Amino acid sequence: MTITSVASGTSGLSDVTSDDASLRRFLHGLPGVDQVGAEGRAVALATRSIKTTAKAWAIDAAIGMVDLTTLEGSDTPGKVRSLCAKAVRPDPSDPSTPPVAAVCVYPDLVATAVQALRGSTVQIASVATAFPSGRASLQTKLADVRDAVLAGATEIDMVIDRGAFLAGRYLQVFDEISAVKQACGTAHLKVILETGELVTLDSVRRASWLALLAGGDFVKTSTGKISPAATPPVALIMLQAVRDFAARTGEVRGVKLAGGIRTTKEAVRYLVMVNEVAGPRWLSPHSFRFGASTLLNDLLQQRHKLTTGAYDGSDYVSID
Amino acid sequence: MDTFDNANPFQYAPAPESRDIARLKPSYGIYLNGEFRDGRGEAVKTINPATEEPLAEIAEADATDVDDAVSAARAAYQGTWSRTTPAERSKYLFRIARAIQERGRELAVLETLDNGKPISESRDVDIPTAAAHFFYYAGWADKLGYAGFGPEPRPIGVAGQIIPWNFPLLMAAWKIAPALATGNTVVLKPAETTPLTAITLAEIIAECDLPAGVVNILPGGPSVGQALVEHPGVDKIAFTGSTAVGKQIQKSVAVSGKRLSLELGGKAANIVFDDAPIDQAVEGIVNGIFFNQGHVCCAGSRLLVQESVHEEVIAALQERLQTLRMGDPLDKNTDIGAINSAAQLARVRALADSGDAEGAIRWSPECHLPDKGFWFPPTIFTGVSQANRIAREEIFGPVLSVLTFRTPAEAVEKANNTPYGLSAGIWTEKGSRILWMANRLRAGVIWANTFNRFDPTSPFGGYQESGFGREGGRHGLEAYLAQ
Repeated sequence: MTITSVASGTSGLSDVTSDDASLRRFLHGLPGVDQVGAEGRAVALATRSIKTTAKAWAIDAAIGMVDLTTLEGSDTPGKVRSLCAKAVRPDPSDPSTPPVAAVCVYPDLVATAVQALRGSTVQIASVATAFPSGRASLQTKLADVRDAVLAGATEIDMVIDRGAFLAGRYLQVFDEISAVKQACGTAHLKVILETGELVTLDSVRRASWLALLAGGDFVKTSTGKISPAATPPVALIMLQAVRDFAARTGEVRGVKLAGGIRTTKEAVRYLVMVNEVAGPRWLSPHSFRFGASTLLNDLLQQRHKLTTGAYDGSDYVSID
Repeated sequence: MDTFDNANPFQYAPAPESRDIARLKPSYGIYLNGEFRDGRGEAVKTINPATEEPLAEIAEADATDVDDAVSAARAAYQGTWSRTTPAERSKYLFRIARAIQERGRELAVLETLDNGKPISESRDVDIPTAAAHFFYYAGWADKLGYAGFGPEPRPIGVAGQIIPWNFPLLMAAWKIAPALATGNTVVLKPAETTPLTAITLAEIIAECDLPAGVVNILPGGPSVGQALVEHPGVDKIAFTGSTAVGKQIQKSVAVSGKRLSLELGGKAANIVFDDAPIDQAVEGIVNGIFFNQGHVCCAGSRLLVQESVHEEVIAALQERLQTLRMGDPLDKNTDIGAINSAAQLARVRALADSGDAEGAIRWSPECHLPDKGFWFPPTIFTGVSQANRIAREEIFGPVLSVLTFRTPAEAVEKANNTPYGLSAGIWTEKGSRILWMANRLRAGVIWANTFNRFDPTSPFGGYQESGFGREGGRHGLEAYLAQ
């Protein structure tokens, strides 16, 4: 799908963010989403049968797309260091296991992660902007971002102001994301929409476009603190958004699904969705991520089962 | 298509369902008066359209078998079935429904082998919907007095039923379930190219201890169908198939006193407005014409798209078609299977060629057709004019004709400009327009923001040359009740 409601070309897209009215017109001019149809498509995609070589590829790809996450009030430097060790070498018994994409922590633990991940390819992601609620002043949010970047975060996972979005103050949300993007410098910006609070798929589509227009490198479903988090229909709509954005601008932006994805089966189904909805060029950690904590262990167990033929059980993978 | 995109690291490995599950036998016969025996007609081979390999030999029925079957059905109607209480009839139907579910995998693989449709469709659509029809009509059997056809509706008697090859088991269920629920007995002829699931349904019916003669299943060719239609002992004919044969049948039963219901061809318009949910509309277009290789009487074979979104919709549709997977119907990841027969393939090819000749622009995704078997790639024709054969004649294959319109009134006019009138689809986010359109479209089934949805609770049937009578839902009972 290409968007025809504004003049073609990226110049048309900069016009749409010139004021609140233009932005609203653009977002509300996007084609609607029929919820029943979108859910049906998500269910149909889940019937793909991924076996043997395809499964092996998918498991390794999924491991390489994991943002290994710990976002608890009880997080300590020790916990983060152990997580980082796991991120670099997920399965010490099998060195062919790829490292994960990133470790994701709170800003105050970024320094610890930087130290633990030195010399590895694993990125350091930090949540910021008064995560998870996003209820703070813009100054506070920007300070939060600068702290994390200064400490060495290479990726920032921000939350949008859902209250402003639901109240229809789209330009405020846009400006906030733009300001955070500025504050990120070279760090990659993932924009958490918290789709569980946006509720409708029309809102998910509009919020995705809003985040992409404002410069988000990724759109991300959830904080993991709200239920429902990542769901197949929401993932479908966000993948369509990055696909359409790329068709429109030539820029490939990413999607990160976070919250509630715990099994290899679910992860593989999402990779099928990425492959068939956005396209194979999105099958890379540069443009697709899983935010997860327990998913990695299931991927490792399934990987081991595929290579050895035997299922080991949870005592053979580390609890982090 | 996707399978041949070598740059993509994510290649789906083959995931074939085992053909052993089908428990194929070397030969099959007829089911008459509670017994399985060879028919007295010709012995013909039924083949797998995906490979052209013979699957089994069928000892087909002949006219004398039809005689015997009608007599058996009459005797069963007078002797046992009319004395069976409605609640008992209901129990039999529930039992058949459960047995279809229990043998669901076997039936799905058998259907895919015999018909060529993808296993994902036989597994997820044909077989579960067939069971659902028996469940649904089981519920009606002892509540007929509340169906709105009088306090004590009566059955008609012996129903002769002739079904097509596109949904072999599902069509058998559509025919048999309401007939039995209302107290009729049945002689059913499956299509010549797809008899296997109907005969397996006969096994299920026998295992469910349905009294002998209540259901008789006679595989055979057109002569068997003709004998059934012309048989004086038959009280009702129900036919699903082509409009040409439907017309012959209607002539043949004229002034015979036989009741008749016909479910015939179609050339449905799938109408996409500029305010449609485009991504879902694209899915609906794909499902509308490429589901079951387009072997669907209600297929959305004419896409009417509002001119202002024509390019956008076609681009999205073409992109989507690249991800369709064509090939081994038993592979769980196959989206498009084989054309059911050489004859059908020839017809699809001839009509598609007429599209080229008449100046329409043909497009198919890049795809490799297997060497053996009957295959036709998913195909879109753009630049089609209302006068072209591909816009008027039923192709019954994976070929979509795209036309444009400017206003809702023009969409209605073009959609109705056909001798058929089976189904239509409307895609718009505007609810009032859906109702406005639905009131004006001459089609028996109208889908809004979806397509090819089948549910036993919903009546199905056509206008004009698409036939008459309804199947499914409360309305479906009427076709089997005396007036």
